[in-house]
Amino acid sequence: MKVTYTDVLVIGGGLAGLRTATGVKERGHDVILLTLVPPKRSHSAAAQGGMQASLGNSVMGRGDNEDVHFEDTIKGSDWGADQKVARMFVNTAPKAIRELAAWGVPWNRVKKGGRQAIINAEKVTITEEEDAHGLITARDFGGTKKWRTCYTSDGTGHSMLYAVDNKVHEQGIEVRERMEAIALIHENDRCYGAVVRNLMTGELVAYIAKATTIATGGYGRIYSVSTNAVICQGTGQAIALETGVATLGNMEAIQFHPTAIVPVGILTTEGCRGDGGVLRDVDGYRFMPDYEPEKKELASRDVVSRRMTEHMRKGKGVPSRYGDHLWLDITILGRKHIEKNLREVKEICENFLGIDPAEEWIPVRPTQHYSMGGIRTDHRGESQTLKGLYSVGEAACWDLHGFNRLGGNSVSETVVAGMLVSEYISDFCESEESAINVSTSVIEAALKCEQDKLDRLINNKDGEDTYVLRRAMEKIMMEKVGIFRNGKDLKEAVDELEQLIFRSHNIEVTRSKSLAANPALVNAYRTQMMLKVALTVAYGALLRTESRGAHSREDFPERNDKEWLNRTIMRWKDPDMTMPTVSYEDIEVEEMELPPGFRGYGKDMTIHHPKTEERQAMVDTMRLQTEEEGLDRIEVQRTLMPYSELLPEKYQGRNERLDERFDDER
Amino acid sequence: MNALTKGLMMKDKAARKIKINILRFDPNIPNDRPRIDMFELEEAPGMTLFIALNDIREHHDASLKFDFVCRAGICGSCSMLINGRPGLACRTLTSTMEPEIMLAPLPLFELIGDLSVYTGNWMRGLNERLETWIHTQEEVDVERLEERMEPELAEEIYELDRCIECGCCVAGCGTIQMREEFVGAVGLNKIARYRLDPRDKRDDDDYYELVGDEDGVFGCMTLLGCEDVCPKELPLQSKIAYLRRKMVEVGLNKKD
Ligand SMILES: Cc1cc2nc3c(=O)[nH]c(=O)nc-3n(C[C@H](O)[C@H](O)[C@H](O)COP(=O)(O)OP(=O)(O)OC[C@H]3O[C@@H](n4cnc5c(N)ncnc54)[C@H](O)[C@@H]3O)c2cc1C
Ligand code: SF4
Ligand code: SF4
Ligand code: FES
Repeated sequence: MKVTYTDVLVIGGGLAGLRTATGVKERGHDVILLTLVPPKRSHSAAAQGGMQASLGNSVMGRGDNEDVHFEDTIKGSDWGADQKVARMFVNTAPKAIRELAAWGVPWNRVKKGGRQAIINAEKVTITEEEDAHGLITARDFGGTKKWRTCYTSDGTGHSMLYAVDNKVHEQGIEVRERMEAIALIHENDRCYGAVVRNLMTGELVAYIAKATTIATGGYGRIYSVSTNAVICQGTGQAIALETGVATLGNMEAIQFHPTAIVPVGILTTEGCRGDGGVLRDVDGYRFMPDYEPEKKELASRDVVSRRMTEHMRKGKGVPSRYGDHLWLDITILGRKHIEKNLREVKEICENFLGIDPAEEWIPVRPTQHYSMGGIRTDHRGESQTLKGLYSVGEAACWDLHGFNRLGGNSVSETVVAGMLVSEYISDFCESEESAINVSTSVIEAALKCEQDKLDRLINNKDGEDTYVLRRAMEKIMMEKVGIFRNGKDLKEAVDELEQLIFRSHNIEVTRSKSLAANPALVNAYRTQMMLKVALTVAYGALLRTESRGAHSREDFPERNDKEWLNRTIMRWKDPDMTMPTVSYEDIEVEEMELPPGFRGYGKDMTIHHPKTEERQAMVDTMRLQTEEEGLDRIEVQRTLMPYSELLPEKYQGRNERLDERFDDER
Repeated sequence: MNALTKGLMMKDKAARKIKINILRFDPNIPNDRPRIDMFELEEAPGMTLFIALNDIREHHDASLKFDFVCRAGICGSCSMLINGRPGLACRTLTSTMEPEIMLAPLPLFELIGDLSVYTGNWMRGLNERLETWIHTQEEVDVERLEERMEPELAEEIYELDRCIECGCCVAGCGTIQMREEFVGAVGLNKIARYRLDPRDKRDDDDYYELVGDEDGVFGCMTLLGCEDVCPKELPLQSKIAYLRRKMVEVGLNKKD
């Protein structure tokens, strides 16, 4: 039996995991980070657009602050987010970006004077202020009142990931690559680490730790087409679920992006449409104005995705070997504009489609993009039910995004969560509670259990073909748990997935019998895990009989605060069961700083919560009163919904801005 | 409408047959010997080597080893020798090649099996050796306005920060074949990147310690195999030349 001990085990080497590791190391704890791939190859590298932080340096972002960022985030979430978590987040994001600047991220900077930009397909001149020159600039992104998305050209995630990984090098943190956590080790509702498989040799090792953190990213690959990296398979969520103790939250909340290329699903930026590109159907007809006369192609992400799907369902899609798609036409923007402003789109078209987008249309369709749901934690990133288990980043649901995430809020969340949660983990490690009281027999049993599973997969005879099950799952998710959902399809999806889970117990690894580096074996056990994750998504969607954010039910088009202002919580109590158990966690209106309102798209069809009106009146009165008393915006906020004592002390401070200088101005 | 988009619409009319030859070897399997396996498949419109190799794994040989992560030319995982030349497999369209394709693992790196090599390990060693992080004594106060930087300088640093550690330049380098410890174009580019960055307080003497020898900038023969194969089209040639001049200056001063 091979066992390794450490203080903190971090599973996942993306932005969230790396920043958590640096935080606990800084506090003097030992940490080991495990990852499937070298950290710099993690999916975080793919984020091109940017990171939200309310610096308010650029003239288009002047006047921005935590309050505006908070409001955008809550509205974007369709009131599903945890408002205290959102407050903690918006107050830490500026600190996160400033830290990253010091760690070497070459953020694009404000340049004083005039420059040309295109807003709503029209040329405008933006004039930047002298006093902002050289500070971090920002660009426009969907769903934000101010230009708040900071960036490094077209490689924001890449630069962030490299800077944080380099910090990890500097600190001498132990990183073990090509290692996969395949089960958690736990006893008496307390998590003590994980069973880990070496992907090169096949060896199983038990990692025992005071605190275990899951930072494994999203689960996009349960869908047949996803913008996500191929390793975003939800195994982190699965191992949490398989403890039978830890819970998952809002798994049905899945975001789709309108314009990923066909067939490979690589994203083309929103900027294509922002700059005036249009969508066309099989007849070359521009259909969006028929559906959304006002905003046309520039309606919000979820709306455009839904309209495109609707149109394809009417038989107006372009048939191809890879299924139906539509056209994105940016030829109208002209070669000069494309080569200068949409360089990255041009490269994608050349390298992956072999076409020139200045001459030819781009085949696109709405594609799975982001997982709002994940391992349910409290605001400290700790599981509500399994002590010592933490989760951060896209893997987690501490619940910043509710039912829809704003672009640019995700990479920001990963780093902020790493900063905050590493402090809570360190506090835990310094407390007596963190003592490791796991019995050797439990560790032994966990290792044996996993080894038996693997042996069974290899030695099984006349079993199921993994690929058949996998493809069936992907298809079900795409067709029945996609952009539009309805009771009938969802019911079928749940039944069919349950069947697949049943069949997956009988998988046989064919043609490749090695227990070492063996892609067929990996595919087999991951498929078993993914099926469970997929079922939590489908089942959550079936039960949620309303439409909220990205969860859109054709048979229940209204957002129903009266019955559904809550979070879906899933648990898989017994490994032999084929269905999870479900409960709901209310989101309390009485505690909200921003009571539920209208998000501002289409017709307002909200069924309101009985307490909304009262809370709104109370918030209005309090705001008026405190403002009359002459309190500043931060003090006003404090009376509405105090949160700052939830933050680690070192991050409770205010953020300096050009418009809000500290007294001892430098 | 155009050829490819028309192609996407068509249902497999006159699809080309392609042959993919793959150099196979798994050092973890006792008595395994290098061999070449040939797989024949029907080309699909828009087919990349990412699609083709997964197709082979799914329908022909489930044991075939290769590495893809982003499959979008971003993460640097999938470099291999494609018809003898280092490149990213995920962004290589089969339609741009002759119907018979030869794939082999990237040389010089630790072989995990078949087309899978451990570039990450090598890059980690490099980063540790060259200390590729910001060296400074200054404490950052994250509540205050950030340090200012000229917009052009930020963009210049980003241009060099774009390296994805794919290892293509290493595989294409003549020096490394002879000199195992050579840091490669990737290493020299990193030094150029930090040298440019005013946040890093190291000076040329410090950089000289790191790359002022035959395993560093003086080992490079400027044959430029590296720049030709860099998928990010980094300006390796001019950066290495500039760095060499600077390091020569330091070297001369040292002699005084
Ligand atoms: C194309 C694209 C563009 C995007 N653009 C933006 C953007 O512009 N702005 C924005 O804010 N967000 C963007 N996002 C979202 C954002 O990139 C991600 O949500 C975020 O980077 C996730 O980071 P993470 O650290 O949580 O996970 P990841 O970066 O996905 O890292 C997960 C890590 O976990 C490891 N891992 C997984 N499973 C296991 C296991 N079982 N055992 C051990 N290790 C494991 C992996 O090796 C990896 O290191 C984009 C997403 C996509 C798909
Ligand atoms: S110029 Fe030649 S020797 Fe120098 S790093 Fe590039 S390939 Fe190697
Ligand atoms: S310099 Fe270019 S070829 Fe070399 S590792 Fe970086 S991206 Fe790859
Ligand atoms: S898979 Fe990421 S670069 Fe090819």
